Amino acid sequence: MKTSAKLSTSMRSDPRELAAMRERIEAWLIPQGWDTTAVTEIVLAVDEALTNVIRHAYHGRTTEPIELRCGAVHDAERGDGVEIVIRDYGRQTALEDICGRDLNELRPGGLGVHIIRSTMDRADYSHAEGGGMTLVMRKYRRSADSSESVPARDP
Amino acid sequence: MSERRGNLSVHTTHADGGALVELSGEVDLRSSPDLHGRLIEISDTRPAHLILELSGVNYMDSSGVGTMVDLKRRVEGGGGRFVLVGLQPRVRSVLEITQLDKFFTITSTVDEARKR
Repeated sequence: MKTSAKLSTSMRSDPRELAAMRERIEAWLIPQGWDTTAVTEIVLAVDEALTNVIRHAYHGRTTEPIELRCGAVHDAERGDGVEIVIRDYGRQTALEDICGRDLNELRPGGLGVHIIRSTMDRADYSHAEGGGMTLVMRKYRRSADSSESVPARDP
Repeated sequence: MSERRGNLSVHTTHADGGALVELSGEVDLRSSPDLHGRLIEISDTRPAHLILELSGVNYMDSSGVGTMVDLKRRVEGGGGRFVLVGLQPRVRSVLEITQLDKFFTITSTVDEARKR
């Protein structure tokens, strides 16, 4: 089944809104035929991205806006997929400073970017016009063997 | 002792010099800071073991995983054992993605955890 529906939604930068957003994304994905594993991975990646926005872009402030746009994409090699765009209006991070950490370095924190990279086929950050950051994540139904990602935010 | 911490219920019992903490709900950015604080209080008593029973946890993100990593170090640094019990597939998959499934001692039952 193709991903054809679009979803535009938003939330405040309040951790209490994360569970509802996870449910919203899951409810959007399931009718489009994504399997349970893929749904779990996409929802987890979205949650990690939102968590990073709350922590690093808004420094824990709970009333700031976060916007999400979800829709279909198609790649000649990988076929149909989903694209999820997360936009914040918080602190801009230098793109070269956005990176995950080495998993051999066992410590709390810093795992979010690794999770995003591992579960999605692409994760591209950019500075948004007018301030804030935009994260574009893509996952295809026919994923490549290795994740194709650029560095993502998680100082 | 039972407590509700955001979208997470925490039930703690003490026995044999150790603690069993049964969690139910979701461990995410909303609940993990309070959970982390509660577990540190327990680890500061230098328990012989800290067993986290997670069969009621249907979601865990990296903030929860980070809490587990920190608590394992604290408890084991004090000479105790730290064991995770009853992971649901979603929680186990997060540990596998972060390559921490081998880092933790994981059992299916509390009885098995007590024997480790």
